[in-house]
Amino acid sequence: MEFLFEIEGANFSVAGNASSTIKRALKQRDVDPAKIKRIVVALFEAEINVVAHADHGTIRVLIEDHQVQMFVKDFGPGIEDVKEAMREGYSTASNSVREMGFGAGMGLPNIKRNADVFEIESIKGLGTNAHIIIYL
Amino acid sequence: MKLSEIIKNLDIVVLNAANEDADITSAYASDLLSDVMGNAQAEELWITMQTHKNVAAIASLKDIPAVVLINNGKPDEDMLAHAKLENVAVLVTNLACYEFCAKLYNLINCEL
Ligand SMILES: Nc1ncnc2c1ncn2[C@@H]1O[C@H](COP(=O)(O)OP(=O)(O)OP(=O)(O)O)[C@@H](O)[C@H]1O
Ligand SMILES: [Mg+2]
Repeated sequence: MEFLFEIEGANFSVAGNASSTIKRALKQRDVDPAKIKRIVVALFEAEINVVAHADHGTIRVLIEDHQVQMFVKDFGPGIEDVKEAMREGYSTASNSVREMGFGAGMGLPNIKRNADVFEIESIKGLGTNAHIIIYL
Repeated sequence: MKLSEIIKNLDIVVLNAANEDADITSAYASDLLSDVMGNAQAEELWITMQTHKNVAAIASLKDIPAVVLINNGKPDEDMLAHAKLENVAVLVTNLACYEFCAKLYNLINCEL
Protein backbone atom coordinates (compact mmCIF):
# COMPACT_ATOMS: atom_id res chain seq x y z
CA MET A 1 0.00 0.00 0.00
CA GLU A 2 1.37 3.40 -0.93
CA PHE A 3 0.53 6.86 0.44
CA LEU A 4 1.60 10.27 -0.80
CA PHE A 5 1.36 13.54 1.11
CA GLU A 6 2.25 17.11 0.21
CA ILE A 7 3.60 19.12 3.13
CA GLU A 8 3.47 22.87 3.27
CA GLY A 9 6.14 24.72 5.24
CA ALA A 10 5.09 26.79 8.26
CA ASN A 11 1.54 25.39 8.21
CA PHE A 12 1.35 23.91 11.71
CA SER A 13 -2.42 23.53 11.56
CA VAL A 14 -2.03 20.42 9.41
CA ALA A 15 -0.72 18.89 12.60
CA GLY A 16 0.54 15.44 11.81
CA ASN A 17 -2.00 14.65 9.14
CA ALA A 18 0.25 12.15 7.39
CA SER A 19 1.09 10.44 10.68
CA SER A 20 -2.59 10.10 11.65
CA THR A 21 -3.51 8.65 8.27
CA ILE A 22 -0.70 6.10 8.45
CA LYS A 23 -1.59 5.21 12.03
CA ARG A 24 -5.16 4.42 10.97
CA ALA A 25 -3.98 2.33 8.01
CA LEU A 26 -1.60 0.31 10.21
CA LYS A 27 -4.27 -0.27 12.84
CA GLN A 28 -6.58 -1.61 10.16
CA ARG A 29 -3.90 -4.05 9.12
CA ASP A 30 -3.53 -5.26 12.71
CA VAL A 31 0.10 -4.26 12.96
CA ASP A 32 1.65 -4.76 16.43
CA PRO A 33 0.75 -1.62 18.47
CA ALA A 34 4.34 -1.26 19.71
CA LYS A 35 5.51 -1.07 16.07
CA ILE A 36 2.76 1.41 15.21
CA LYS A 37 3.98 3.64 18.03
CA ARG A 38 7.55 3.66 16.71
CA ILE A 39 6.41 4.35 13.15
CA VAL A 40 4.13 7.17 14.23
CA VAL A 41 6.80 8.89 16.36
CA ALA A 42 9.38 8.73 13.56
CA LEU A 43 6.96 9.92 10.89
CA PHE A 44 5.54 12.76 12.99
CA GLU A 45 9.00 14.11 13.77
CA ALA A 46 10.02 13.98 10.10
CA GLU A 47 6.75 15.56 9.04
CA ILE A 48 6.94 18.38 11.58
CA ASN A 49 10.56 19.09 10.64
CA VAL A 50 9.43 19.87 7.10
CA VAL A 51 6.76 22.19 8.48
CA ALA A 52 9.11 23.84 10.98
CA HIS A 53 12.27 24.12 8.93
CA ALA A 54 11.55 23.75 5.20
CA ASP A 55 9.53 25.51 2.49
CA HIS A 56 7.57 22.51 1.29
CA GLY A 57 8.02 18.81 0.80
CA THR A 58 6.54 15.41 0.13
CA ILE A 59 6.12 12.25 2.14
CA ARG A 60 5.81 8.84 0.55
CA VAL A 61 4.95 5.89 2.75
CA LEU A 62 5.12 2.29 1.59
CA ILE A 63 3.44 -0.28 3.79
CA GLU A 64 4.77 -3.70 2.88
CA ASP A 65 4.33 -7.09 4.52
CA HIS A 66 7.62 -7.07 6.35
CA GLN A 67 8.41 -3.35 6.69
CA VAL A 68 7.19 0.22 6.50
CA GLN A 69 9.30 2.64 4.48
CA MET A 70 9.00 6.40 4.70
CA PHE A 71 10.58 8.79 2.21
CA VAL A 72 10.51 12.40 3.38
CA LYS A 73 11.81 14.90 0.86
CA ASP A 74 11.82 18.66 1.18
CA PHE A 75 12.86 21.70 -0.76
CA GLY A 76 13.97 23.73 2.20
CA PRO A 77 17.19 25.40 3.21
CA GLY A 78 18.90 22.08 3.85
CA ILE A 79 21.06 21.22 6.84
CA GLU A 80 24.60 22.55 7.01
CA ASP A 81 25.98 19.82 9.27
CA VAL A 82 23.80 16.73 9.53
CA LYS A 83 25.93 15.14 12.26
CA GLU A 84 25.54 18.23 14.43
CA ALA A 85 21.80 18.35 13.71
CA MET A 86 21.48 14.77 15.00
CA ARG A 87 22.86 15.82 18.39
CA GLU A 88 20.19 15.90 21.08
CA GLY A 89 19.48 19.51 22.01
CA TYR A 90 20.69 21.05 18.75
CA SER A 91 18.03 23.28 17.21
CA THR A 92 17.81 26.31 14.96
CA ALA A 93 14.05 26.65 15.47
CA SER A 94 12.75 30.22 15.45
CA ASN A 95 11.32 31.83 18.56
CA SER A 96 7.75 31.51 17.35
CA VAL A 97 8.27 27.80 16.69
CA ARG A 98 9.83 27.39 20.16
CA GLU A 99 6.87 29.09 21.78
CA MET A 100 4.70 26.30 20.43
CA GLY A 101 6.92 23.81 22.23
CA PHE A 102 8.91 22.68 19.23
CA GLY A 103 12.65 23.24 19.05
CA ALA A 104 13.92 20.97 21.82
CA GLY A 105 16.33 19.42 19.34
CA MET A 106 14.88 16.00 20.08
CA GLY A 107 13.11 15.25 16.80
CA LEU A 108 15.95 13.69 14.83
CA PRO A 109 17.17 11.70 17.88
CA ASN A 110 13.59 10.44 18.32
CA ILE A 111 13.58 9.25 14.71
CA LYS A 112 16.92 7.50 15.14
CA ARG A 113 15.82 5.80 18.34
CA ASN A 114 12.62 4.45 16.77
CA ALA A 115 13.82 3.53 13.28
CA ASP A 116 15.54 0.33 12.23
CA VAL A 117 17.14 2.24 9.37
CA PHE A 118 17.46 6.02 9.25
CA GLU A 119 19.37 7.72 6.47
CA ILE A 120 19.35 11.46 6.04
CA GLU A 121 21.16 13.52 3.47
CA SER A 122 20.97 17.19 2.89
CA ILE A 123 22.37 19.75 0.50
CA LYS A 124 22.58 23.30 1.76
CA GLY A 125 20.29 25.48 -0.33
CA LEU A 126 18.53 22.54 -2.01
CA GLY A 127 16.81 20.47 0.60
CA THR A 128 16.80 17.35 2.71
CA ASN A 129 16.01 13.69 2.01
CA ALA A 130 15.23 11.25 4.77
CA HIS A 131 14.63 7.52 4.41
CA ILE A 132 13.22 5.69 7.40
CA ILE A 133 12.54 1.95 7.64
CA ILE A 134 10.82 0.11 10.45
CA TYR A 135 10.60 -3.67 10.18
CA LEU A 136 7.31 -5.32 11.00
CA MET B 1 -7.62 5.19 38.87
CA LYS B 2 -10.38 5.99 36.42
CA LEU B 3 -10.17 9.34 34.67
CA SER B 4 -13.70 10.11 35.86
CA GLU B 5 -12.55 9.78 39.50
CA ILE B 6 -9.60 12.06 38.91
CA ILE B 7 -11.96 14.63 37.45
CA LYS B 8 -14.29 14.29 40.43
CA ASN B 9 -11.51 14.63 43.01
CA LEU B 10 -9.46 17.47 41.60
CA ASP B 11 -10.47 20.99 40.58
CA ILE B 12 -10.87 20.29 36.89
CA VAL B 13 -13.14 21.78 34.27
CA VAL B 14 -13.94 19.39 31.41
CA LEU B 15 -13.88 21.06 27.99
CA ASN B 16 -14.07 17.85 26.03
CA ALA B 17 -15.37 14.75 27.75
CA ALA B 18 -13.80 11.52 26.50
CA ASN B 19 -12.16 8.34 27.79
CA GLU B 20 -13.70 8.69 31.26
CA ASP B 21 -13.18 4.98 31.89
CA ALA B 22 -9.48 5.12 31.02
CA ASP B 23 -7.35 3.72 33.82
CA ILE B 24 -4.72 6.32 34.72
CA THR B 25 -1.71 5.25 36.74
CA SER B 26 0.72 7.97 35.75
CA ALA B 27 1.15 11.32 34.05
CA TYR B 28 3.74 13.19 32.01
CA ALA B 29 4.26 16.92 32.47
CA SER B 30 6.04 18.75 29.65
CA ASP B 31 5.67 21.69 27.30
CA LEU B 32 8.22 20.35 24.81
CA LEU B 33 6.41 18.42 22.13
CA SER B 34 9.29 16.20 21.03
CA ASP B 35 9.91 15.33 24.67
CA VAL B 36 6.32 14.12 24.93
CA MET B 37 6.61 12.39 21.55
CA GLY B 38 9.72 10.56 22.72
CA ASN B 39 9.03 9.91 26.38
CA ALA B 40 5.34 9.98 27.32
CA GLN B 41 3.66 6.59 27.58
CA ALA B 42 0.25 5.57 26.31
CA GLU B 43 -2.50 5.84 28.93
CA GLU B 44 -0.71 8.64 30.78
CA LEU B 45 -2.27 12.02 31.43
CA TRP B 46 -0.40 14.82 29.66
CA ILE B 47 -0.05 17.98 31.73
CA THR B 48 0.98 21.07 29.76
CA MET B 49 0.53 24.77 29.14
CA GLN B 50 0.59 24.33 25.35
CA THR B 51 -2.86 25.00 23.89
CA HIS B 52 -2.59 24.56 20.11
CA LYS B 53 -3.86 21.93 17.70
CA ASN B 54 -0.67 19.87 17.66
CA VAL B 55 -1.26 19.01 21.33
CA ALA B 56 -4.45 17.15 20.39
CA ALA B 57 -2.72 15.54 17.41
CA ILE B 58 0.19 14.29 19.51
CA ALA B 59 -2.08 13.02 22.28
CA SER B 60 -4.04 11.04 19.71
CA LEU B 61 -0.91 9.67 18.01
CA LYS B 62 0.51 8.57 21.37
CA ASP B 63 -2.79 7.13 22.69
CA ILE B 64 -2.81 9.64 25.52
CA PRO B 65 -6.42 9.68 26.78
CA ALA B 66 -6.50 13.17 28.27
CA VAL B 67 -4.64 16.47 28.26
CA VAL B 68 -4.68 18.76 31.30
CA LEU B 69 -4.12 22.45 30.62
CA ILE B 70 -2.64 24.11 33.69
CA ASN B 71 -2.91 27.75 34.83
CA ASN B 72 -6.41 27.95 33.40
CA GLY B 73 -5.07 27.42 29.88
CA LYS B 74 -7.50 28.14 27.09
CA PRO B 75 -7.26 25.77 24.13
CA ASP B 76 -7.28 27.22 20.63
CA GLU B 77 -10.53 26.50 18.86
CA ASP B 78 -8.87 24.12 16.42
CA MET B 79 -7.22 22.23 19.29
CA LEU B 80 -10.62 21.60 20.86
CA ALA B 81 -12.17 20.64 17.52
CA HIS B 82 -9.31 18.23 16.81
CA ALA B 83 -9.56 16.73 20.30
CA LYS B 84 -13.25 16.06 19.71
CA LEU B 85 -12.53 14.47 16.36
CA GLU B 86 -9.73 12.29 17.74
CA ASN B 87 -11.44 11.47 21.03
CA VAL B 88 -8.95 13.09 23.40
CA ALA B 89 -10.28 14.53 26.66
CA VAL B 90 -9.40 18.19 27.27
CA LEU B 91 -9.32 19.22 30.92
CA VAL B 92 -8.43 22.54 32.51
CA THR B 93 -7.21 23.35 36.00
CA ASN B 94 -6.52 26.72 37.57
CA LEU B 95 -3.57 25.21 39.43
CA ALA B 96 0.02 25.67 38.34
CA CYS B 97 2.02 22.66 37.19
CA TYR B 98 3.71 21.84 40.51
CA GLU B 99 0.51 21.98 42.54
CA PHE B 100 -1.55 20.02 40.06
CA CYS B 101 1.12 17.32 39.76
CA ALA B 102 1.43 17.06 43.55
CA LYS B 103 -2.31 16.67 44.03
CA LEU B 104 -2.60 14.17 41.21
CA TYR B 105 0.33 12.18 42.55
CA ASN B 106 -1.21 11.99 46.01
CA LEU B 107 -4.59 11.07 44.64
CA ILE B 108 -3.29 8.26 42.45
CA ASN B 109 -0.84 6.90 44.99
CA CYS B 110 -3.15 7.04 48.01
CA GLU B 111 -5.43 4.67 46.17
CA LEU B 112 -2.69 2.07 45.79
N1 LIG C 1 13.86 19.12 7.05
C1 LIG C 1 14.77 19.96 7.57
N2 LIG C 1 15.20 21.04 6.84
C2 LIG C 1 16.12 21.89 7.36
N3 LIG C 1 16.68 21.76 8.58
C3 LIG C 1 16.30 20.71 9.32
C4 LIG C 1 15.33 19.78 8.88
N4 LIG C 1 15.17 18.84 9.83
C5 LIG C 1 15.98 19.19 10.83
N5 LIG C 1 16.68 20.32 10.54
C6 LIG C 1 17.70 20.98 11.37
O1 LIG C 1 18.13 20.10 12.38
C7 LIG C 1 17.85 20.64 13.68
C8 LIG C 1 17.51 19.53 14.65
O2 LIG C 1 16.28 18.91 14.25
P1 LIG C 1 15.40 18.19 15.36
O3 LIG C 1 14.16 17.68 14.76
O4 LIG C 1 16.26 17.21 16.09
O5 LIG C 1 15.07 19.37 16.40
P2 LIG C 1 14.06 20.60 16.21
O6 LIG C 1 13.16 20.35 15.06
O7 LIG C 1 14.86 21.85 16.19
O8 LIG C 1 13.26 20.53 17.59
P3 LIG C 1 12.19 19.40 18.00
O9 LIG C 1 12.18 18.36 16.93
O10 LIG C 1 12.68 18.88 19.31
O11 LIG C 1 10.89 20.11 18.12
C9 LIG C 1 16.76 21.66 13.43
O12 LIG C 1 16.68 22.66 14.42
C10 LIG C 1 17.18 22.23 12.07
O13 LIG C 1 18.25 23.12 12.21
MG1 LIG D 1 12.17 18.51 14.91
